[in-house]
Amino acid sequence: MDLFFFAQYMPMYLKAAGLTVTLAAAGIGLSVVLGLICALVRFYRLPLLRPLASIYIEFARNTPLMIQLFFLYYALPKVYLKLEGISCAIIGLAFLGGGYMAEAFRGGLEAVSRTQIEAGLSMGLTRLQLIRYVILPQAFAVAAPALAANTIFLIKETSVFSIVALADLVYVFKDLIKEGHSTENNLLLIGFYLVIILPVSLLFSLWERRLRRVGFSV
Amino acid sequence: MFSDQPVLKIKELYKKYDEREVLHGISLEVKKGEVLVMVGPSGCGKSTLLRCLNGLEPIDSGDIELNGESIIFGKIRWNLVRQRIGMVFQSYDLFPHMTVLENILLGPLKAQKRGRAEVAGEAKTYLDRVGLLDRWDSYPNQLSGGQRQRVAIVRALCMNPEIMLFDEVTASLDPEMVREVLDVMLGLAVRGLTMLIVTHEMAFARAVADRVIFMDEGIIVENESPANFFENPATDRARKFLNIFYFDGVKKGPG
Repeated sequence: MDLFFFAQYMPMYLKAAGLTVTLAAAGIGLSVVLGLICALVRFYRLPLLRPLASIYIEFARNTPLMIQLFFLYYALPKVYLKLEGISCAIIGLAFLGGGYMAEAFRGGLEAVSRTQIEAGLSMGLTRLQLIRYVILPQAFAVAAPALAANTIFLIKETSVFSIVALADLVYVFKDLIKEGHSTENNLLLIGFYLVIILPVSLLFSLWERRLRRVGFSV
Repeated sequence: MFSDQPVLKIKELYKKYDEREVLHGISLEVKKGEVLVMVGPSGCGKSTLLRCLNGLEPIDSGDIELNGESIIFGKIRWNLVRQRIGMVFQSYDLFPHMTVLENILLGPLKAQKRGRAEVAGEAKTYLDRVGLLDRWDSYPNQLSGGQRQRVAIVRALCMNPEIMLFDEVTASLDPEMVREVLDVMLGLAVRGLTMLIVTHEMAFARAVADRVIFMDEGIIVENESPANFFENPATDRARKFLNIFYFDGVKKGPG
């Protein structure tokens, strides 16, 4: 084991980890917004938008992220829409994740009973107030395990970002392969993913436990 | 005894589900401070009528007036109308993610935009009156069914509605909890709240009602004082219905 290798390349990996975390946070944040909008469009059966949302969700969930990124990075410039690698990565992750998040929220929204909605309406809440104070908190609680699984899945999906020339963890890993020390290099790569993902898992399980305590076992 | 202007006036209300008509021209008035109890067999349309009154079900024709204004014709904003009509459901429907106090404050703070200090004070007064002041910080799943229903009543009361609608509010409660909820409602009647109550509790109906409305198959069959209705029902249909609640002895003698 070459400890010197760890010391020498730690800064490179740290920088790459920062990029991975930033891109994941931006992409996943957007995917939650996109997924929620799609789920609400379908929940309220909005005309015109509803079939669009359904088509998008199937498209996003049934194509690989790598292929989506290829399209954004290599095919779009042919129609004069040139995107930076960073934009491609964030848009790609949000596009993929939005489909998964929409399905997670759908489960949550469908679990909110009709009588809960009527109770909210009958106290004079507007549609938006009803969504905000009655429907979404309950939908989030039911969707929590699926949201957690999607988030972790999407962080792992960031490992393909190097194909759009971004210096993420895998990029650094591939770069250092030529230096030899493959055991140390592999350990660093795995270690960094664990350090990023484990706390996220832990936070989600704390959140789920809190939701259970608050009494969503209705 | 009651002021002349009705709080609620229903005129020739018709309601269809798909092609099947379930309410065939209901006309009814509730005066201020009056307690009307609606009874009738399951499926007679009494719950549907209540749901029409606060817009949870659209009506097909007729009119409903709340303190003299139509809530059917013209540009109706149901969220504003519903703030003036309190509704309590069979399934309580407290919001599970909110404490008792948060449940009660949601409508007054968000829908009515009233001040927190004022509403919280009022909420605690009502909670005290129904014997649940010490549970203000509990979540619904920490309460019994009867306690949840009392909170649901307080939640509707805190909107200061012009009329309260009760839709079989004791129907899913264990017998020992029915009483505590009915006692709360009796207390409200004594204080002069205008109420329209759908129930299957006949003894309660008799005790609380100023008038009993008997519905069957989508029409009002009787609209009577409780004494008349329970002692001398005018129609066969009412007599048959009331008989459901009495039993003849079936014990055999010796031998």
